[in-house]
Amino acid sequence: MTVHNLYIFDRNGTCLHYSEWNRKKQAGISKEEEYKLMYGMLFSIRSFVSKMSPLDMKDGFLAFQTSRYKLHYYETPTGVKVVMNTDLGVPNCRDVLHQIYSTLYVEYIVKNPLCPLGETLQSELFNSRLESFIRALPFFSARAG
Amino acid sequence: MSRQSNRTTESKKMNSELFTLTYGALVTQLCKDYENDEEVNKQLDKMGYNIGVRLIEDFLARSSVGRCHDFRETADVIAKVAFKMYLGITPSVTNWSPAGDEFSLILESNPLVDFVELPDNHSTLVYSNLLCGVLRGALEMVQMAVDIRFAQDTLRGDNVTEIRMKFIKRIEENLPAGDE
Repeated sequence: MTVHNLYIFDRNGTCLHYSEWNRKKQAGISKEEEYKLMYGMLFSIRSFVSKMSPLDMKDGFLAFQTSRYKLHYYETPTGVKVVMNTDLGVPNCRDVLHQIYSTLYVEYIVKNPLCPLGETLQSELFNSRLESFIRALPFFSARAG
Repeated sequence: MSRQSNRTTESKKMNSELFTLTYGALVTQLCKDYENDEEVNKQLDKMGYNIGVRLIEDFLARSSVGRCHDFRETADVIAKVAFKMYLGITPSVTNWSPAGDEFSLILESNPLVDFVELPDNHSTLVYSNLLCGVLRGALEMVQMAVDIRFAQDTLRGDNVTEIRMKFIKRIEENLPAGDE
């Protein structure tokens, strides 16, 4: 099992953070384009899912998977979106994504008055904490993939 | 997978007098820096707003509250969870308008004004206006535009402090420009 990459978007679709671990194949487009494509897809799938839902929805869109990877999605009521791609063996990651939001993003970015919101995150502290958090996950394994 | 999920859930305690006095010093300085009360009110609201847009993230991270389904639920969460968490008081929610888009928060006590008496030359100062800004900023981040003002204030001789909140509209999320 492994983690491929992670995106954090804000409510306006700005990609605040991106990092990758075991990503063997790149998209072949610029990172900026990739972020836009990802956000656009999430935006559409979210509205699709809520329109098609036969029942009143609470959590909405959670994840999708293809034959090769699984995309995990977590969104806060403020519109912060955490997206993590893993391989297929990884179970539901809602808790993990919520923890990235509550113990890393809120603690090191939101509570730091010198960190501007709505821009790409520059915080070294956040990056290193996130790095060690992901590496410590039970399903993170550098060799798999 | 709920490792480490029990982050310091109990909030750190802070001396309430220090808090009250710090807020007092802030307002006093603003009164010195700006000529009239209206301008001070505006600055307090602006500061509050800047606090609110960040505080809401902390609130969501610490409470397990999800998206509210209607304005009544929002009112309850503000009064029973948010005020409790950050100010240690639980205002009551009353005076709903018939349309359900407007209500009042009644504060029996307001920790910001513990030692305060308004001098005569500051009759239009809304001393606790920071709170309006905080609420406005926080609600805006969860897609609600709300008009907030002090309707009654113990500092002006009223029996209670009343914050009136009026729902204006839901802020729709849009795709960023340049996308399909």
